[in-house]
Amino acid sequence: MIRVQTENFDPGVELEQLRQRNKGQAGAMVSFTGLVRDLNAGDTVMQMTLEHYPGMTEKALHKIELEANERWELTASIIIHRVGPLHPDDNIVFVAAASRHRKQAFRACEFMIDTLKTEAPFWKKETLPGGARWVEPATN
Amino acid sequence: MIQLRYFASLRETLETGEEQIEIPDGVHDLAGLTRWLQERGEAWTSALADKRLHVAINQEIVKADAIITDGDEIAWFPPVTGG
Repeated sequence: MIRVQTENFDPGVELEQLRQRNKGQAGAMVSFTGLVRDLNAGDTVMQMTLEHYPGMTEKALHKIELEANERWELTASIIIHRVGPLHPDDNIVFVAAASRHRKQAFRACEFMIDTLKTEAPFWKKETLPGGARWVEPATN
Repeated sequence: MIQLRYFASLRETLETGEEQIEIPDGVHDLAGLTRWLQERGEAWTSALADKRLHVAINQEIVKADAIITDGDEIAWFPPVTGG
């Protein structure tokens, strides 16, 4: 299941829904929640605006989730990403995987967030005290 | 008609988010379309010369030799920074 939304989400509620979708088959649930940092490259971040490519972004997230389900035996999975203006400490992204055993869930969760970061069309723009700048992709 | 879209920093540099145009005479592939757009002026020439840009046709990432067909949606964007 994937969702792109402006509104906030509750990681606890999402995990509980993931648990219910497992119908008792899972032995492990692993999740990752990404938050807006108050500092980036030494500068105070006042606001972070997430832009996306409606349509293509959803397709990219579906593809990432599908690939995770092909590579690991998952009983349920979810990717949620917010767009629009966000502020420090806000939730940005939530990824979770459930599986019979923990290693599959850990690997799938890491794969989904790592792949999302390099392939899904989202762009971050930071508002700093001195103006705004687009976030550069990580080089490592 | 083809639909052209530009995202994030590229959208701001070009001061254009999206536009519809007829496929220009003599343009058959993405490389040709990009060259045609670069003739619009210095901002377009330098912005579209950025080797890090990605291009998607109908929401699938493509390479410079991709063929342009009437009705296509073509999008240029910088490296992604979500998550």
